[in-house]
Amino acid sequence: MKPFTYARAGDVAEALRAGAAPGAKYIGGGTNLVDLMRETIEQPTALVDVTGLSSDIKRLRGGGLLIGAAVRNTELATHREVRTQSPVLSRAVVAGASGQIRNMATVGGNMLQRTRCAYFYDAGGSRCNKRNPGQGCDAIEGFNRTHAILGASSACVATHPSDMCVALAALDAVVHLDGPGGARKVPLTELHRLPGDHPEVETVLDRSELITAVELPPLPWARRSTYRKVRDRASYAFALVSVAAALDVRGGEVRNVRIALGGVAHKPWRAHEAETALIGGPATTRAFRAAAEAELMAAKPLHDNGFKIELATRTITAVLSELAGGTR
Amino acid sequence: MRGAAPYAAEFAFDGMVYAALVFSTIAKGRIVAIDTSAAESAPGFVHVMSHYNAPRMKPMMPWASSEKAAGNDALPIMQDDRIRWNGQPIAVVLAETQEQADYAASLVRATCEAEPATTSFAQAKANGTETAMLGGQPVHIEIGDAEAALATAAVSVDATFHTPYQNHNAIEPHAVTVAWHGDELEVHDASQSVAHNAWSLATMLGIDEHQVHVTSPYVGGAFGGKFMGTHQVLAAAASRLAGRPVRLALSRAGVYRLVGGRALTEQRLAIGAARDGRFVALIHTGTSTHIPGSPHPELAQFVSYSSYATDTLKIDLQWAYLDMVANAAMRAPGEAVGSFALESAVDEVAVALGMDPIELRIRNEPATDPLSGLPFSSRNIVKAWRAGAKRFGWERRNPTPRAVREGDWLIGMGCGAGSHMYAREPGGSARLTLAGDGTVEVAIAAHDAGMGTATVQTQIIAEQLALRPEQIELRLADSALPGLVPGVGSSQTTTAAATTVAAKHEVVAELLKLVRGDSPLAGLTADDVTPRDGGLAKIDDPGRHESYASILTRAGRDELTIDASGGNPTESEQYSMYSYGAMFCEVRVNAITGETRVSRLLGSMDCGRVMNARTAAGQFRGGMIMAMGLALTEETLYDERTARIMNPSLAEYHIPVHADVPKIDVIWTGIPDPHAPLGARGIGELSMNGTAAAIANAIYNATGKRVRQLPITLDKLL
Repeated sequence: MKPFTYARAGDVAEALRAGAAPGAKYIGGGTNLVDLMRETIEQPTALVDVTGLSSDIKRLRGGGLLIGAAVRNTELATHREVRTQSPVLSRAVVAGASGQIRNMATVGGNMLQRTRCAYFYDAGGSRCNKRNPGQGCDAIEGFNRTHAILGASSACVATHPSDMCVALAALDAVVHLDGPGGARKVPLTELHRLPGDHPEVETVLDRSELITAVELPPLPWARRSTYRKVRDRASYAFALVSVAAALDVRGGEVRNVRIALGGVAHKPWRAHEAETALIGGPATTRAFRAAAEAELMAAKPLHDNGFKIELATRTITAVLSELAGGTR
Repeated sequence: MRGAAPYAAEFAFDGMVYAALVFSTIAKGRIVAIDTSAAESAPGFVHVMSHYNAPRMKPMMPWASSEKAAGNDALPIMQDDRIRWNGQPIAVVLAETQEQADYAASLVRATCEAEPATTSFAQAKANGTETAMLGGQPVHIEIGDAEAALATAAVSVDATFHTPYQNHNAIEPHAVTVAWHGDELEVHDASQSVAHNAWSLATMLGIDEHQVHVTSPYVGGAFGGKFMGTHQVLAAAASRLAGRPVRLALSRAGVYRLVGGRALTEQRLAIGAARDGRFVALIHTGTSTHIPGSPHPELAQFVSYSSYATDTLKIDLQWAYLDMVANAAMRAPGEAVGSFALESAVDEVAVALGMDPIELRIRNEPATDPLSGLPFSSRNIVKAWRAGAKRFGWERRNPTPRAVREGDWLIGMGCGAGSHMYAREPGGSARLTLAGDGTVEVAIAAHDAGMGTATVQTQIIAEQLALRPEQIELRLADSALPGLVPGVGSSQTTTAAATTVAAKHEVVAELLKLVRGDSPLAGLTADDVTPRDGGLAKIDDPGRHESYASILTRAGRDELTIDASGGNPTESEQYSMYSYGAMFCEVRVNAITGETRVSRLLGSMDCGRVMNARTAAGQFRGGMIMAMGLALTEETLYDERTARIMNPSLAEYHIPVHADVPKIDVIWTGIPDPHAPLGARGIGELSMNGTAAAIANAIYNATGKRVRQLPITLDKLL
């Protein structure tokens, strides 16, 4: 990897100062960034370690939680209130990576993971618009079994790899940012971008803007929520399709529902179409299936990943059925 | 556990530098220029080697091209401007630390001129194939008219099976640490062939064999992938050029680029059967990918040579040539993928006949080797089937597909037969030194790549000489030791066992010459005595005993050294010798997502005598786990447009993880082979075979879906 300087930031202000230097990058657990540096895909000249900043999980007045960006994934997944109030989040985190990686990885870093597209990773040998804007994409006609079916573009068909973010998308999470222009908040579902013509721009973060925390607004009925990750082996594999969902059913009717998908798009995919189709309607397998199909109407398969449409449809249906109490 | 075992990348020399490789990114063409200026100004840079300045060397010598050849191809290494595969090393960068070397290597810019290359299997077949060669003979066998018999058979199955490229993934990536002392080369290697590698390096570098000393005391898994490779040559050459000791540890991606794995295969498997299940035709033909000069045929068809009695037989293997890295031997080469096809097809015949697949196999047991006509040395697979079926609860299997369900999970059982040919290499020898205190040092150029070779050899020697294991010091994996023992895992035990038996006879004979007239053993011949309690005793009168220490001391000897050889493996000429396995599997397939989970595995083995129950069970389990990868998850993503391997990492090339692996049950018949040394036939590769088919057949039983293309990922079951 390219030589770089390394400094630990003592507070946010210090981090922002250091992060403003040309070539600087923030580092959390480093479980993705260091790999990318080894592959020379990332070549920061300065690393600003932000793991010393907020690593608390605080309860907010009026319910909800404020999760510091430096909270380790393991800590988040095992936090008592997270487990009871938002099981979908705990399960999503545990479904990702391995125990060792979760012990290192931070919440902020997890959000900023980069895609696992093989052509993105092959710095020396393949074309990638994300690495070299305008170069072309070798995935579109290449191995794309794991690639996007929703929201992709002719420039990029990569997916976002995070499990945690899929749960956060379902839970209406809000990301707290701080930067030279001051603090601001962005809904998680608006943090990541679709690729469009600029797949190299992956989030709405300004240069040197720092994620300080993620806020879970109160969503009491998300106690009934879960995460289902479908992948090629039992552990340590990225999602082919994953579903995060929370469901509020009363008297056989869907009062409220949240659905987000992983492994299908350049960002955690909030399934608004399916949610709209379900709210106020019957909580039946038939309705769940119809809603899932409505969401996937827009799906565009590539050569190898057409199966994801049926897989996502089935998995959404199964997860909602399970949350509805085994409705058939 | 102290972590103190020295592996190849842990030996250090004063002044040592670290190597990083630059790989080609096109499949075929020529190097026009290599710009190293940026690399040369990088921190810690020491030297760079490319074809412009590499020492002149002979090309690699492929396996079997001479006694100690052990390469995977016959290609020159950094001797010209040719690019022959995507991933070929084109420069070696040396620097003061590994990180500096890696960074400097990333700054090297090569300008290459691409030429049209054959990078897809379809194109390679369209170019025209050649009949594969094995031991100088074309792989084409016909007994009777199999096609005609198939056409008129009462029941027939005729199907095409596909298996993908696969790569080696030993936990220890390949590594070597080298130092020149004048014209002498010291090599610490991660190898299963130290004697071969010493000879190969000497020959390629143009020095004498005795000037190269290769050791490999600990190896983190080999599986056929750690014979003579390109990286040892590059390290030795770069070290000579730079005048510094060199450590060259391949990155995980480097292993994928430099070391091949299983070739891709397309196999036609056709079986014709009479109503009673008797096979009237067996056809196993197909095509494997290949490069010219590669010694590894990926002979999938081998499993059909002698597994079943059949009226007619047709075997044929074609090679399709691609511009890619040469394939390597990979645990049960050919057999692993061939047994998947054969044993899947047998299952299909059983379904077509409405017959239990175990009964069908037993009905087709050959009385003698179907090909050679030789008697079997010891074949008890029927016993293994019966014992395995009982233990596994096979009678509880519902033969109707998709009939057993638990919630969302479809449950099925399947089985498959495995076999692995007995092999004992000629020329194995050992040096045994009996010391005055009655302890023994045994030196043998064998290897322990984690199979437990050292444990088992110590145990065998202890048993043969009636010593305690702690009285034996075993020295392995050093090219200066006697004995050319190829590192073939499965044959090593038997080869070494033969030398140990020979050594015992020589020790007894030599000791009897030293026995004094007043010894309890006086006047006895070799036929009268046997090792007992750290000495010799009369067989039928154990009271007449003298310890080794006493015999040597009273003869005024400090030690006794003998060199013994196992002799030529004539048993293989007189008998058809195989180990066998009856493999059982239970799977759960999710009816919604298609995810497969192996819930139970049982191997019922017939492998001759088992030397050590713990290490044997470990090897059997390991092979079955590797076969799970073959069946369900492993595939090298080889981009047919560019010949580039796209998933050279443990994150994206899916070997089974712990959560995938169920408790694995292993039993064996324990029947010693009367014609193998110590009754043992070798076990390292056996359980790789038959297991993938058992899994695929269980999936069929669970779902009603017959998947003939590996790996069986969930999209194939939706």
